[in-house]
Amino acid sequence: MMMKKQRLILRTAVLLLLLTAVGYTIYSNFFTEKTEIKVGATAPDFVLTDLNGKKHRLSDYRGKGVFLNFWGTWCKPCEREMPFINEQYKTYKKQGVEVLAVNVGEPKLSVQKFVDRFGLTFPVVIDREDQVMNAYEIDPLPTTFLIDKNGKIRAIITGTMTEEKVQQYMESIKP
Amino acid sequence: MVQLSSTLLYIAFVLYLIGTFFFGGTIRDKKGSGRTNRWATFGIIITIFGFIAQLGYFITRWIAAGHAPVSNLFEFTTFFGMMLVAAFIVIYFIYKTPVLGVFTLPVALLVIAYASMFPREITPLIPALQSDWLKIHVTTAAAGEAILAVSFAAGLIYLIRVVDQSTPSKRTFWLEFVLFCLITTLGFVGVSSAFAIADYEAKFQWIDKNGKKTEAIYELPALVGPHKGTLEKESKDRMQPLVEMPAIINAKKLNTVIWSLFGGAVLYFLLRLVLRKRVAAAIQPFMKNVNLDLTDEISYRAVAIGFPVFTLGALIFAMIWAQIAWTRFWGWDPKEVWALITWLFYAAFLHLRLSRGWHGEKSAWLAVIGFAIIMFNLVAVNLVIAGLHSYAGS
Amino acid sequence: MEQVKCECGHVNPFGTAFCEACGKPLEEAEKPLLDMRYEGSARRSQTYNKTVIDKIWNFFSSVKVGVWLIVITLIASAIGTIFPQKMYLPPNVTPAQYYEDEYGWAGKLYYELGFDNLYGSWWYMLLIALIGVSLVICSLDRVIPLYRALNNQGVTRHDAFLRRQRLFSATKIADDRLLETIKERLAKRRYHIREENGNILAEKGRFSRWGPYVNHIGLIIFLIGAMLRFVPGMYVDKVLWIREGETKEIPGTNGEYFLKNEKFTFETYQKGKENAVFNAAIDRVGSGMVAKTYETKAVLYKRVGPVIAGEEPKLKKIKEYKIRVNEPLKYDHYALYQVDFKLNELKSMSFALVDKQTSKSFGMITVDLLQPKEKYDLGNGYQVQLLSYFPDFYFDDDGNPNTRSKVPNNPAFVFKMFAPDKPKGEVSFVAIRQTIEPFGNNKYKMAFAGIDTRNVSALTVRRDFTLWVLGVGGTVFMIGLIQGMYWNHRRIWLKRTNGEVWLAAHTNKNWFGLKREIQAVIDGTGIRMPIDQAEIAKKVQGGDEHGTA
Repeated sequence: MMMKKQRLILRTAVLLLLLTAVGYTIYSNFFTEKTEIKVGATAPDFVLTDLNGKKHRLSDYRGKGVFLNFWGTWCKPCEREMPFINEQYKTYKKQGVEVLAVNVGEPKLSVQKFVDRFGLTFPVVIDREDQVMNAYEIDPLPTTFLIDKNGKIRAIITGTMTEEKVQQYMESIKP
Repeated sequence: MVQLSSTLLYIAFVLYLIGTFFFGGTIRDKKGSGRTNRWATFGIIITIFGFIAQLGYFITRWIAAGHAPVSNLFEFTTFFGMMLVAAFIVIYFIYKTPVLGVFTLPVALLVIAYASMFPREITPLIPALQSDWLKIHVTTAAAGEAILAVSFAAGLIYLIRVVDQSTPSKRTFWLEFVLFCLITTLGFVGVSSAFAIADYEAKFQWIDKNGKKTEAIYELPALVGPHKGTLEKESKDRMQPLVEMPAIINAKKLNTVIWSLFGGAVLYFLLRLVLRKRVAAAIQPFMKNVNLDLTDEISYRAVAIGFPVFTLGALIFAMIWAQIAWTRFWGWDPKEVWALITWLFYAAFLHLRLSRGWHGEKSAWLAVIGFAIIMFNLVAVNLVIAGLHSYAGS
Repeated sequence: MEQVKCECGHVNPFGTAFCEACGKPLEEAEKPLLDMRYEGSARRSQTYNKTVIDKIWNFFSSVKVGVWLIVITLIASAIGTIFPQKMYLPPNVTPAQYYEDEYGWAGKLYYELGFDNLYGSWWYMLLIALIGVSLVICSLDRVIPLYRALNNQGVTRHDAFLRRQRLFSATKIADDRLLETIKERLAKRRYHIREENGNILAEKGRFSRWGPYVNHIGLIIFLIGAMLRFVPGMYVDKVLWIREGETKEIPGTNGEYFLKNEKFTFETYQKGKENAVFNAAIDRVGSGMVAKTYETKAVLYKRVGPVIAGEEPKLKKIKEYKIRVNEPLKYDHYALYQVDFKLNELKSMSFALVDKQTSKSFGMITVDLLQPKEKYDLGNGYQVQLLSYFPDFYFDDDGNPNTRSKVPNNPAFVFKMFAPDKPKGEVSFVAIRQTIEPFGNNKYKMAFAGIDTRNVSALTVRRDFTLWVLGVGGTVFMIGLIQGMYWNHRRIWLKRTNGEVWLAAHTNKNWFGLKREIQAVIDGTGIRMPIDQAEIAKKVQGGDEHGTA
């Protein structure tokens, strides 16, 4: 009887081990992000210069919520959401939400034209050497990161946002 | 040097052909056992000389080109033929079975003849091929495939000997089919050579699937023409196509296939007409002295020897090189996938044999299917399913 | 637990076909020959089948199931090669559209069935995983009883065991010294010899019986390696597009490494410059049509100090290297591969400010296409201002000039030209081969005066910590394969009964070799050459037997 019981336990253990391995592989392949940039992680720090020559360092904004938006002038969805962000920024700025718009390395001339055209009031910085894009593993534009007051990524949004969504997102990272 | 190289290949080809006849002679020798009689001795000596000549071709071509001559379809396929002969010579000295020569050498001849239908120039290496792994990977893979092909030859002998020819059945049909395929290869070589000697060429203007005007040069009379194809001025007198193909189908390749089948069919029916029975049935009486157990063992032994070589060359070395040249060791390129399929197939073959006792005829059928898969990878994947491996040969 | 005690005294596990020690068949004989597979040992799985766990175990322990899994995987893999997989489609096509356009309804069906990404599909991965499970359980289930059986085998075998071996002979013999000769000869052939009451068991190559299990372990290690790929951080795969002269961060290195592209070279085989034997081949495709070299002359730097993205990095030179196909740059587990390139990307464009009437030039400006300046002073009151810049110009849906990307593929400019006689300036829209004057006829124009270009190289960045696991797996697999395939396990039994010497022999493969060896060993001793009872059985049946021996 002992032998039989042992055998059953052994077989169960081996099968469980195999099942876990297979399950983990399939799960991690199909249901998880394979990047280090994910919700819950600390947002990588960076320093970039805005159009007025002022340096912005992400870690300086600890204690505030940061609405980090990656964009390009040619990208139509980016263009659509910019006025919404600009509008909501006016409200949420006072409540401790900062907007940082990172342009993906275009000429300053083009970025300036774009900023003037939409009258953007928040800081627009240029990632001239793709370093910040690499750090955040940006693929499609626009991509927005919601960073809370502790510097943790709360959400990653790819694609264009409605004004209502922008408002909700800013609300969510209010300190 | 290049001239010498081609001459040596030609000599090898002729010697293999003569060798085949000598091995054939051993069968007619009624004195039975067939072991080491004079016919067989001559046969193997001539085969070895043929092999040396082909080795000479290989070495001189290597010297002329400055790289191992396994870099295009012609070179690879002739090398495969050479390895097939080498594998046969080795197996011959283990088992002393001349009848194996009667089947292996013709297959080697067909392979070499088939190879010479492709452009035979010495090609410079593109960057991806400029690596020592070219010779390591390709030669080992070809050697593995060649040893596995010996298993096919043995399996075929087994089947011809065993399959009951008194009544038509599925087994007789498929056996005839295998022989028909071999004859069709001959048909392809025959038709292509005939028109090549006659210098046939027909230029077509046609519209490809993107709507662009393209030129196609047919070396065989066009039975099927390209999409909206018209003969160009200089080949006005050439044959007009009977049927026109839609743009997604490569009409030129299809035309070649049709001609090969046509050539094969003509040859096959001529044979049937002369023999007045199935081709396999006609060969069967000559096989009656064959020792079935020994043949079965040779077939299995060839797989046992060839499988590790194939794994090493076609999968492991391939992965190492792919990691270096293409940045990843495995990329699901069709050629890679078909190497995997070949490997899986022979793995199944070994399991069926070792654990489920598939000996004898079942094992022989599997050996034949295995060879079919190898040939598919060599022929169809290169010509039809183009991937990273597709050599420049249309 | 039910156990079976043999008359020789050995206790065998239930389900054993013949006694582990003496070989006496424990089950009723059906066939003339013993089935020697797995030494007649009891495959546990076949004997216990009570719980669900046992049932699952037994399912995977079947070689039949294993072979079916292999065959299904084989067919699935073949289906994946009918049409190109999604990853091999040309860039910038929508797969749904592409498959239908290229291959008609068959392509559409192929796409709809999800075969466009067959090898990455959950069910294909599950198939491979099931093969892995089958490998583990099949091996476990067989290797232990086999080990037991081979370890327990006795020297003196039961008569029924010997008589039912494939190779068997009985010889009446008086002279005992002959056996000594045989023993000597066997020892010389590296047989391991055991003796008991004058009976002999000669054995060699037993280790080859473990070959299959060793190679299965290798495969399992390989599969584990493949599995590790999905663990974050084990695997980096990025692409770096880098222009000549640029120094850029290498993506995937967390800002630690930078690369400078000093020069990218693309060469083709030119007729006349190469070995003359290539002439025919070059002629067939045309001179300059076959690529010879893709090379990026690169310098690798490491960042000194803390990593903060966007900050101007302090760099330390590590090494210079010419990256070519087949010759990646390797450093610190990273490898950089030459994978793609773009020749002659526009770098800057020059224009002259010209009076349209007189064609007189008032100076030249050069516009950097990546970081254009806004103002260009030509002196003497002539000045040009860049109002707008479109690196990759097109007219958008609203009819406005716009850019498709930040890459200067098709640059266009809106210039404002100032001259002493035009203090308010004239606006001109300049693109390649077109000039638009939106506010009527201008006096001045920006005349195209030349371009400067450079090459762009694409490098793939890899780091793969799973490679060594895969390497170990592959090596172990090859060792097991060679061990199992190139050696065989041979045993020869000699037993004396009633004044006769019985000789029986078994091998797991290569019977031909065994027969030859026996012939050499017994040569001149007067012992009869064993008869191949398998062949006799066949002849009795009248020719052929279809498998299942």
